[in-house]
Amino acid sequence: MSKAYPPSPYSSPLGKHNAESHTLSVLVDNEPGVLARVVGLFSARSFNIESLTVAEVAHETHLSRITIATSGTPEVIEQVRHQLERLVPVHSVTDLTLAARAIERELAMVKVRGKGDARVEALQLAEAFRAKVIDATTESFIFEITGAPRKIDDFVDLMRPVGLVEVSRTGIAAISRGPEPI
Amino acid sequence: MAKHMTGAEMIVEALKDQGVEYVFGYPGGAVLPIYDALFGQNQVRHVLVRHEQGAGHAAEGYARSTGKVGVLLVTSGPGATNAITALTDALMDSIPLVCITGQVPTHLIGSDAFQECDTTGITRNCTKHNYLVRRIEDLPRVLHEAFYVASQGRPGPVVIDVPKDIQFASGAYHFQRNIQHKTYRPKLKGDSDKIKRAIEMMTKAKKPVFYTGGGVINSGPEAATLLRELVRLTGFPITSTLMGLGAYPASDKQWLGMLGMHGSFEANNAMHDCDLMICLGARFDDRITGRLDAFSPHSKKIHVDIDPSSINKNVKVDLGIIGDCAHVLEDMVRLWRAEAARPDAKALADWWKGIDHWRARNSFGYRNSKELIKPQHAIQRLYELTKGRDAYITTEVGQHQMWAAQHYKFEEPNRWMTSGGLGTMGYGLPAAIGVQLAHPKSLVIDIAGEASILMNIQEMSTAIQYRLPVKIFILNNQYMGMVRQWQELLHGGRYSESYTDSLPDFVKLADAYGAHGIRCSDPAKLDAAILEMIETPRPVIFDCLVDQKENCFPMIPSGKAHNEMILAELGDDAGVELGNVIDEKGKMLV
Repeated sequence: MSKAYPPSPYSSPLGKHNAESHTLSVLVDNEPGVLARVVGLFSARSFNIESLTVAEVAHETHLSRITIATSGTPEVIEQVRHQLERLVPVHSVTDLTLAARAIERELAMVKVRGKGDARVEALQLAEAFRAKVIDATTESFIFEITGAPRKIDDFVDLMRPVGLVEVSRTGIAAISRGPEPI
Repeated sequence: MAKHMTGAEMIVEALKDQGVEYVFGYPGGAVLPIYDALFGQNQVRHVLVRHEQGAGHAAEGYARSTGKVGVLLVTSGPGATNAITALTDALMDSIPLVCITGQVPTHLIGSDAFQECDTTGITRNCTKHNYLVRRIEDLPRVLHEAFYVASQGRPGPVVIDVPKDIQFASGAYHFQRNIQHKTYRPKLKGDSDKIKRAIEMMTKAKKPVFYTGGGVINSGPEAATLLRELVRLTGFPITSTLMGLGAYPASDKQWLGMLGMHGSFEANNAMHDCDLMICLGARFDDRITGRLDAFSPHSKKIHVDIDPSSINKNVKVDLGIIGDCAHVLEDMVRLWRAEAARPDAKALADWWKGIDHWRARNSFGYRNSKELIKPQHAIQRLYELTKGRDAYITTEVGQHQMWAAQHYKFEEPNRWMTSGGLGTMGYGLPAAIGVQLAHPKSLVIDIAGEASILMNIQEMSTAIQYRLPVKIFILNNQYMGMVRQWQELLHGGRYSESYTDSLPDFVKLADAYGAHGIRCSDPAKLDAAILEMIETPRPVIFDCLVDQKENCFPMIPSGKAHNEMILAELGDDAGVELGNVIDEKGKMLV
């Protein structure tokens, strides 16, 4: 029964090929359940969440900004955006990766344990990454580092051989460059 | 002007202000104040169902046959959870509903109180939007906003969860007719440049086809009128999804019949071979597309939809137009009239010749019998005998539903209520009740299967109580027919649990409820029995004993393309082959 078809330009967009990471900035009414709506949408439709941050950004108007790092094919990312826009309390959704002029920052606290040379090594690396020591004991440091997620990944990787204990990261906050709002 | 009243009174007042005629519901502890406010007024009439799922489907039937918002009122806990299936059904089929649920008083929320459930949490993913009202000041706004959200844009169900203390609390009630919602403002008018491009593509098409869906019906009767005008002006063929039946008259020669898994040979082949597909208010559902990478491989595709997320969701299109079908169709008709260019008449005539060739295959055909009532024949007779009698049809889900879609010819929109997206068995009877209330003088028939009808049979009591003369036409083959058909296709004909044993005597059951029962198994007596059903001014259960072995064809097996349909002969004669038509990958699909 099965026949050979010419390659179709309309293959399923839901494939895992050519997945890209995108950062979406979602402005929402800060009302009960709004985060659950957003997160529920991602799980219900099998979208990925790589990182998610949320905080109120305009107290008088009760607006919160949710910044979501997600990954998928360009078609999936477009779906994510449209599905988010469908939620009633959502004001706007901006794909900051497409905007190309966005700045992304993340804060991490990194706990390192060690003695002797390892301690010296850890401090030198921290200096090179402009990480601050925010807690110290005779056998440990906690570093605070801010930067693009990639920089934090690099720092954490370097801390591994010198005694990394654990990491706590905030997730991505992002904003567009220049005078215009997102 | 603000009036002072309790929360429960506000709810009834808001229903009146919204022009609600009927509320389908079931009382319970957490909604007693609302029931008290309903008592002693008769502007909003309450219809007592026998199960909250029935309330939801009845509200859907009402909504789909009138274009208005359907309303249900249920209590907290089990009242709300019983309504979930109907809410999900309405979400999948884009039916506007407002569901008011009672909730335990605010100070008890989260304490696992009696009949407490997290209603907004549970319904978040099966509603278009939902609200938990924690302050009496918010209630009037939320009530009217719920009607706005349910009915505007792509319609859907909205839940308002009202704790009992809020129902007792008093406050100022106000009603604002035209809501300017701060975030939810769907775009109705299509982008005119894009519509121009669509018209240009249409004038260049050699093998075009219109593919329309429930969006045309949801857009209102003008959309159907404009669709007819555009289709006639262009001379293009038209097919429709299950949800879109009736928007274009089935008796017209440009009509190809329904498309999709059990659609016509001509409709599916036209979709596969076309060079331009004009999709209006449909969503490229898997029952429509079949195998995605072989779906209409040579066509340009135009997609008009009010929901931006529908465009490029399953199928990548060349031109997406966001807007309401009626608005876009109006522009299309105007621009088509103003446009000088016309499609190549010779190419279009050749296209029609090809279509007529497929049509000649008579894919909905079947071998009739003198001994047994063929289910298709039963639907055809039902259609012929109810034609011109102002009939509304609802269905349950399964083979009977597909046969009804194939053989009952709809000429008008809003006449066909069926559970498409969710495929909810038990939809048809309560839906028929909602339709009958909205159209008391019309003939309302639930085409049912003997298995589906038992899922909400309790609503017979509702029909009797409100003297609603709904007709239940059961195609009784003693099997969950579609399940059995798939077991033949996929599982070597091992009929695991698909035989419906221990059925009730439907004639006696009708009698027990106070309805009229009819049984027929003889093709020669079928017409007289159907006429008896039509002429009985009471609810009727018609037990139509049909050929138990009949399968529903044609069929696109799962994982196959539009041009790989199984036609009836293969199904009839070559049972062995039927087991081999779906490959391993297709078996994984539903």
